[in-house]
Amino acid sequence: MEILVCVRRVPDTSENEIELNSAGNDIERDELVYSINEADNYAVEEALQIVARVGGNVTVATVGSEDDEEVLRREMAMGANHGVMISDEGFNGSDGHGIATILKAFVEKGSYDLILTGVQAEDGAAQVGGMLAAMLDYPFASLVNSIEVLDGKKLKVSREIEGGNKEMNEIDLPCVLSIQTGINEPRYVGMRGIRQVASVPIPTFGAAELGVPANAVGEVAAKVKRVDYFIPTLGKGAEILHGTREENIDKVLELVAAKGGLK
Amino acid sequence: MVDPQSAAQLASWLVPGRVLFLLIHLLGVVCFSYIVAKRLVPLIRGERDFRFDRPWVRLGRVLKFWLGQWKQPRYRVAGALHIFIFVGFAVLALRAFTTLLVGVSENFVIPGLSGRAGSIYDIVTDYAATIVFLCMVIAVFRRLVFKPARYAVPARYGKGHTADAIFLLGLIALLMVADSLFAATKAASQAQAGQTREVLAALSLPWMLQKAIASMSLPTLGGLYFGAYLVHELTFYFLLCYRPFGIQFHVETSLFNIYFAKLDREILKPVRWGVSDEHLDQVKSFGVKTFEDFTWKHMLDFYSCADCGRCSDNCPANAVGRPLSPRFLSVKARDYAFQHYPVFGRAKNGTALVGSKESGSIYSEDEIWSCTTCGACEKECPLLVEYIDKIVDLRRGLVDEGKVPQSLQKPLKALESRGNPYGKMEKKKADWANAKEFQQTCDVKTLGQSNGVETLYFVDSITSYDDRMQAIARATAKILNHVGENFGILGAAERDSGHEVRRFGEETLFMALRDHNVDAIRASGVVRIVTADPHAYNALKHDYDDQKLPPVEHISQVIAREVKSGKIKFNPVENESSVYTYHDPCYLGRHNQIYDDPRDVLDAIPGLKRVEMSQSRDRSFCCGGGGLMLFYEPKEDQRMGVKRVQMAAEAGANVIVTACPFCMTNIEDAIKVAGMEGKITAIDLAELVDQQIVRESLKVA
Repeated sequence: MEILVCVRRVPDTSENEIELNSAGNDIERDELVYSINEADNYAVEEALQIVARVGGNVTVATVGSEDDEEVLRREMAMGANHGVMISDEGFNGSDGHGIATILKAFVEKGSYDLILTGVQAEDGAAQVGGMLAAMLDYPFASLVNSIEVLDGKKLKVSREIEGGNKEMNEIDLPCVLSIQTGINEPRYVGMRGIRQVASVPIPTFGAAELGVPANAVGEVAAKVKRVDYFIPTLGKGAEILHGTREENIDKVLELVAAKGGLK
Repeated sequence: MVDPQSAAQLASWLVPGRVLFLLIHLLGVVCFSYIVAKRLVPLIRGERDFRFDRPWVRLGRVLKFWLGQWKQPRYRVAGALHIFIFVGFAVLALRAFTTLLVGVSENFVIPGLSGRAGSIYDIVTDYAATIVFLCMVIAVFRRLVFKPARYAVPARYGKGHTADAIFLLGLIALLMVADSLFAATKAASQAQAGQTREVLAALSLPWMLQKAIASMSLPTLGGLYFGAYLVHELTFYFLLCYRPFGIQFHVETSLFNIYFAKLDREILKPVRWGVSDEHLDQVKSFGVKTFEDFTWKHMLDFYSCADCGRCSDNCPANAVGRPLSPRFLSVKARDYAFQHYPVFGRAKNGTALVGSKESGSIYSEDEIWSCTTCGACEKECPLLVEYIDKIVDLRRGLVDEGKVPQSLQKPLKALESRGNPYGKMEKKKADWANAKEFQQTCDVKTLGQSNGVETLYFVDSITSYDDRMQAIARATAKILNHVGENFGILGAAERDSGHEVRRFGEETLFMALRDHNVDAIRASGVVRIVTADPHAYNALKHDYDDQKLPPVEHISQVIAREVKSGKIKFNPVENESSVYTYHDPCYLGRHNQIYDDPRDVLDAIPGLKRVEMSQSRDRSFCCGGGGLMLFYEPKEDQRMGVKRVQMAAEAGANVIVTACPFCMTNIEDAIKVAGMEGKITAIDLAELVDQQIVRESLKVA
């Protein structure tokens, strides 16, 4: 099975203190450290596990710039067979629709049975996967938390729905799936692994190679524009219990039960 | 002395068996050689290991740990029994050799052991055989009646070893009886023939047997003599050839195991012997994945393990029900070697050692991650078996294959990008020193390039970033300030020491952290390093060993020295009902032998009452582990820290003093978990010293 996983590099929320810049229209990016978007990492792991079971290849692709190459290397160190950089000056400032347009053009250049994305980017809107599927006229399932290959033409996938319940679906290939975190346990990639793939060439595709018209992507085509960034004011804080240990335990049980946490 | 006539008669009794005996000798020796040769096959296929240097040091260790049985008395009863058996065996070795040769050459006497010397030797051996026999009886009795807990085999590790142990003990006892009966019949027949007879040691086993058979007829004695000889010979060779199939193999391997044992215990094994850091990238696979990835010496360790259970008896992971027992780390590997390198048939190619049981693996991932590398097992092992290097090598293998527990991946990633496991910003590393009140009393310099500061205080991640542990940093800085040390910190330029990164098998990341720190330390131009974190201390001292850094000291050493010099004086303790106990951090105590300095400091505080816990000094019980171990979610019944806090309470202490930020984390958590808040508290040595120090001396200085 030929699998494409679309990945993104995002500021790592666990290793940064996110602050607004002085203009208030973006976050302070000077001292940020970046990593692979967490859900995308799960998607790559899932792709590798599928390929280990049924054979095939995993390609990881990102729409970005030179700086984003590190996440491609990381995913290649995990075991992805190919890494592809999709990069063009004209892509800058694309909205979700623009990114989906670029990815659609790239998908049509190759031949993929299955396209995976993370359920959403940590700084994104969980929209590209669905749009990409629609543009390609492929079936789409979101929030996928298990995948079983049925006969090479179909997949059985489960989706997470409200309340932690699961819904089972059969879906025809080729299709697009957005992968929920927790679907698997991604393998570890250390510096050594990344160093071992450091010299593997990563081809770059620009607008010309993909045949993407300049007016369909980038800032000119973006119909969604970010106008402000702000940190919401703190609401009413947590409730602090001031009783004895036993009283507090009873109170906590009562509160949890009241919120439906205990049945 | 045996007179010629009787000797001839006695010998003649063995003559009919001479061909048979010769055949048994040959068969026995050939079988043994073949089995040992087969046992050597995996060692030859194993990885390299440089163990051929410093022969005199190694010989010295053979004298101490092998001949001197140095570690045996740590377990009084078992140790005493073992020493008796060992000495008995050593004494009997010549007699066994003589006896074997008498079967084919009736007048054989070892040169130098004829005449008077021979008679004395005979008497000594009579007693030796008796003592070994008695030891066997006691050992069987212990196994069957007292059943020491450390011999038990938990169900998950297979069947019990008692039957096998008793079988072997029985065989040795039989060997002693046959040997004694052989001597007894000889003496009895000599007595009957009215000849000068061999003197048997009074009250020895041969002496008693001789009394029992004294009235038998000469032909009967002849039969007995022949029978005893045959039983002795068969038992001897059976034992010789059976030993390489189980725990008794240590009789043969222990000498070599101790000679080749690791000399510098504190230095971790390199990824590959003979491959420099620069060439590591060319090494295809890291760590131990299959059995053949172990070094030959580590395989010899497996053969040498005597299944005595002392390692696991002292293993904190085992004590709290984690799925790890060092004893079975060895036993399972030995069983694996025996199965995959059988005496008959071809060697089978190795499966992955760590994984699921169904796929033929012998270790689980949880088992390998459960170790805190506290070193209690290695400290105890009478045969000097190495465990930490094996655990680290197995982890290197897991890391290389991406099999790292999810809970550890985030901190490792943060160490890579931010240089600390918490993912905190580098620029906040010195925040602890900027606390207002503190800054007024103690100004901590951040080292730029050579600003004349002599001493570096290496803080490390937890003490820099953890709110609670920052108090240790401030106490340490105040002490250094008090004794007039011209010191500074690296601040944002300091990365995690990488101590646990390395012990968790991430060698490449460790090297990056080390190189960064080494560059920063060199650039600072300091001539001395001090730290309050034993893990950082161990890393700087031993893991950065080849980097030619300035000398490193732990703050407890600095304090002890300055107490002696008189620069530090203490106010008496205020609360007279406080009873203190000192908990030895593994990387200060066991790994660096700093046991006395912290105790001396405590004892220098007027009015301080101090008690020792039952497990202290080199038997200290690990608090639960430091560094990345704080992020790991082990499968366990109980926390190590809780067990440790209970030990302190049993000792009658209500203040636990430690000298490590990780111990502090674990012990303070454990006090809460154990519900002992208000009854027991924990304090770091530096905090206590800072609290008790007499400040007036500052003005004098």
